[in-house]
Amino acid sequence: MSMNENTNQNTIVEAIPERMSGNEAVAYAIRQVNPDVMPAFPITPSTEIPQMVSTYISNGQLDTEFIPVESEHSAMSAAIGAEAAGARTMTATSSAGLALMWEELLLAASNRLPIALTLVNRTLSGPININCDHSDGMGARDTGWIQIYAENNQEAYDNYIQAFRIAEHKDVRLPIMICQDGFITSHAVQNLYLLPDEAVKDFVGTYEPEEYLLKPHQPMALGPYSETDYVMEAKKNQLDAMNRSRQVILDVADEFAQMSGRSYGFFEEYRTDDADYIMLLMGSAAGTAKDAVDELREAGIKAGVIKLRVFRPFPEKELAKALSGCKACAILDRCESYNGNSGVLGSEVTAGLYRAGVQIRTLNRIYGLGGRDFTVDSAKSVFEELTNWMDGGEEPLQNEYIGLRR
Amino acid sequence: MKQQIEIRWHGRGGQGAKTAALLLADVAFKFGKNVQGFPEYGPERMGAPITAYNRISSDPIRVHSNIYDPDYVAVVDETLIQSVDVTAGLKPEGALIVNTPKSSDEIRAQLPGFEGKIVTIDARRIAEKTLGKNFPNSSMLAAVVAVTGLLPREEFLKEMRAAYAHKFAKKPEVVEGNMKALEMTLDAIA
Repeated sequence: MSMNENTNQNTIVEAIPERMSGNEAVAYAIRQVNPDVMPAFPITPSTEIPQMVSTYISNGQLDTEFIPVESEHSAMSAAIGAEAAGARTMTATSSAGLALMWEELLLAASNRLPIALTLVNRTLSGPININCDHSDGMGARDTGWIQIYAENNQEAYDNYIQAFRIAEHKDVRLPIMICQDGFITSHAVQNLYLLPDEAVKDFVGTYEPEEYLLKPHQPMALGPYSETDYVMEAKKNQLDAMNRSRQVILDVADEFAQMSGRSYGFFEEYRTDDADYIMLLMGSAAGTAKDAVDELREAGIKAGVIKLRVFRPFPEKELAKALSGCKACAILDRCESYNGNSGVLGSEVTAGLYRAGVQIRTLNRIYGLGGRDFTVDSAKSVFEELTNWMDGGEEPLQNEYIGLRR
Repeated sequence: MKQQIEIRWHGRGGQGAKTAALLLADVAFKFGKNVQGFPEYGPERMGAPITAYNRISSDPIRVHSNIYDPDYVAVVDETLIQSVDVTAGLKPEGALIVNTPKSSDEIRAQLPGFEGKIVTIDARRIAEKTLGKNFPNSSMLAAVVAVTGLLPREEFLKEMRAAYAHKFAKKPEVVEGNMKALEMTLDAIA
């Protein structure tokens, strides 16, 4: 029996128990994937990733071409060049590093280059701060990249292994950001299960782009000037690809579940079946919110959590359906968007509810900026606002901050 | 029933409080526990107060916040008692573990209103004796293991020998010193 037939039988591969930080887990996944090229410039809290990859390379465990560049602008430029040449390419960054890549992020997407970027989320200045929030990733929401967020180091590892299959799929061919919370998961050692090297290698497969610059006998131009009469068609193609990625993300997750036993979708629903009150959020705080839900359930309050995993493409219809049975939903944003009514998730989720005709009440809250701690009590306080409101209390003010110093 | 202990470490940048927390997570993991070991990051300056945390549980750990009501607090640098509220939230049935040559009564005199258990260990003297340098974190780790009763002595020592052999693969001469520091601490607290 060949290896392929064996994997087709839905065999769950051996799970290797380990403990690692989120950065270690991603670096370990990079070693297993063994991409062709990694240009990178270090920035806290993602610095350990290029550092660990460099160590793997110097130990002879990885033959990735590591390009130490002089800035993140150059890192993304080099990634674009390498990916365009036909090489499987990845990089890592955080915060101001992602901001400096800005111009190139849009080029990578519009040139349909499936680069994988591991983003360790950190706030954007100012005030100058090195800790977690989602302002870097949310700021890049309109650049045309797929974005997937993780609750813990296990998910950061699993998402990274799925990234290349999604981005490189011929129906997609878009760059992908695999995000995790800076310090909160990137620097926290926790249990996880690793996959064997061979299983990861088989799952990810070899990169065989249909078109690339270094293809002999097939000269092509990449990223040329476009007259006005074709720009909108190019953009529409990008949007279509982003929409096609929805099915690919689900298919890759199914295949990953067959291999690992761990299931993923656009989002995770925790105790939402009969929930009156749902908290919707992304990243590490979702784990904390689950503990709050368990405590509230003990007290007879029907609470649940929706943890958004896939932010781009945005699963608007699926979220509206998942929320349709509850009385009220608290939408938590780990970034400010200055529109005066809610953060990014608050706006996008409520727009989706409106379009789907789902008439539930929503409450937006901003939390965790610059690493402000989000505790079980923080989550419970928001649920309490929802229950008071639904029990006949006044509508709470929207766009308020959780745990603000008074 | 879920069994979980939460530990808060206070130290100064460069003293190894973070390393001690990560080592504790490592060794508890080896005993099949669910673990978290993480520092609280701020401006990282040598000598500035830092905090690190451990959760060690029979069940998977989902919470990702800092620890406000610890079962145990380990203070790697006793001068912090003057400037940091080291006993904040400490559960009455838990314990405060301090690296100091002083007695627990002398430490208690500096902590008006604190009625919980205090355990002192002269980790600096032990480190200087066993390693020739003031690297107190092996001793503090052993103190935490002894006071919490988290792991049985012999298995703990066996795991730590393997962990040090790995950690100090390039300088095996320090393995014995660190092992000695663990043993002296366990003996002192037993």
